[in-house]
Amino acid sequence: MSILVYIEKDQGRIKNSSLEAVSYAAALGEITGDKVQVVSLGEAVEGEAELLGKAGAAGVIQVTDDRLAAGVIQAHAEVVAQVFDKVKAKTLVLAKSSLGDAVAARLAVRLEAGMATNVVGLPDLTDGFVVRRSIFTGKAFVDTGIHTENKILAIKKNIQPVKTDGSAAPVENVTIDLPGETFSAKITGTEKATGEVLLPEADIVVSGGRGLNGPENWGLIEDLADALGAAKGCSKPVSDSGWRPHHEHVGQTGVKVAPSLYLAVAISGAIQHLAGVNASRYMVVINKDPEAPFFKVADYGIVGDAFEVVPKLTEAINALK
Amino acid sequence: MKILVCITHVPDTTSKIKFTDNNTQFDKTGVQFIIGPYDDYALARAVELKEQSGGSITVLNVGESDTEPTLRKALAIGADEAIRINAFPKDAAFVASEIARFAKEEAFDLILMGRESIDYNGGMVHGMVGELLGIPSVSPVMKLDIEGNTATISREIEGGKEFISVDLPFVAGCQEPIAEWKIPNMRGIMSARSKPLKAIDSETPGSKTETKKYELPPAKGAVKLVDTVEELVDLLKNDAKIL
Repeated sequence: MSILVYIEKDQGRIKNSSLEAVSYAAALGEITGDKVQVVSLGEAVEGEAELLGKAGAAGVIQVTDDRLAAGVIQAHAEVVAQVFDKVKAKTLVLAKSSLGDAVAARLAVRLEAGMATNVVGLPDLTDGFVVRRSIFTGKAFVDTGIHTENKILAIKKNIQPVKTDGSAAPVENVTIDLPGETFSAKITGTEKATGEVLLPEADIVVSGGRGLNGPENWGLIEDLADALGAAKGCSKPVSDSGWRPHHEHVGQTGVKVAPSLYLAVAISGAIQHLAGVNASRYMVVINKDPEAPFFKVADYGIVGDAFEVVPKLTEAINALK
Repeated sequence: MKILVCITHVPDTTSKIKFTDNNTQFDKTGVQFIIGPYDDYALARAVELKEQSGGSITVLNVGESDTEPTLRKALAIGADEAIRINAFPKDAAFVASEIARFAKEEAFDLILMGRESIDYNGGMVHGMVGELLGIPSVSPVMKLDIEGNTATISREIEGGKEFISVDLPFVAGCQEPIAEWKIPNMRGIMSARSKPLKAIDSETPGSKTETKKYELPPAKGAVKLVDTVEELVDLLKNDAKIL
């Protein structure tokens, strides 16, 4: 039997969260004795087989169809369902993401699979198949038992280190006949910042809040993010006021992040904002108000004016290089 | 246009999350329940679409009788009728199965809901309903316009958005800024009292998953406050080992 992993690509690279999913599947396979197969849709990116093999894949099923690059949800679900049968998989592993979620939901029905999302650890197999998931936007965990033979696990970001000790995986090219109706929702265009670190994928996130007084001051955040190789985020009032685009809004109703380091500048720390960041390994707060609620959950903090502290911090980090 | 809006009944975003019965049940004591914030966006957009081109809005929740005040609130915001499928929502597949069974009978043009519930955060139900009904599903939707039989959608992707054209019927998981939340006015609240709210029986046998136990994350230690960026960089380098 095998474990199938659905991966995503972005700007010519395999997303790091997808590599984490491959390594999670490899760790699971060590327990269950299953081999890891990866289904890769669209053109292979440079060094793909090697990278996937290092992360723990035993084989790659490459499905090339020009129409797949666009990421049409139903078409991706159709391909993965067929490959799942072909490789005789019982478990599908993927990284939680906006496309992954949408594809996995349709697959759960197709494959009659029990589904667990926001998985934060390997399953406990002593009494059935029980996985721990993050719920209530990071405010709690639940242990969920899955009863079905087919299973789908959507893995939360940053819970599985990417393996690099495997060897290159053999690639099998497969053609899949895609019915026209799987493309009935047509993607007519995309609007995307290029060359930027994707917020949900980022290992370091620098976010700014209303305390920065206006969009004209965002250079502070940009410079610090550049110095750290970080993604930029913002609080809800900032995106609501149109200072920054919605895809940068971090919080309960925005993007949930789980970086190694979350750096909050001039954000007071409303409970709804904290819900989007509480999975971060370390949180740093810079705020001039010592009573800001964010200080209660942060690891490190500086009470001070962002306009004075942030440029100094950027300079200190650039000096490290 | 005939619109179905599926809503969740979830703890208010400021709720303190705690569990009872040896960590096997969610503790509802002192918790205020609301329409899921994402579902609230879906409902608001449904009301706007109805204002533009007429039609009807059915609001649906899979839940026990304590969710009825939440359904009444949806009626006050602008839904025409409410359906409660009488069952504890065991998991996403269970809820999707109940929604699909109901929707199959009614031939809705559009099925809207939030991108995810804020209790389990799975974001699965819309896709599952789409697959069960054999129609497209799109999520997370941040803009939705309908012209004739075709919808134009902006869907949020990591780092931006993509534009989608899809024919009715389909399922959408919604998020901001698709519409502004609507606060019920006095007239809405009065009229909600006389709008139909019907409870129907659940038919889905069992579920594929089971909740074993809840756990709260460990308490955070106190923040280390420093005065200078040099001290902060030192902590990040030598304590957190990140830089």
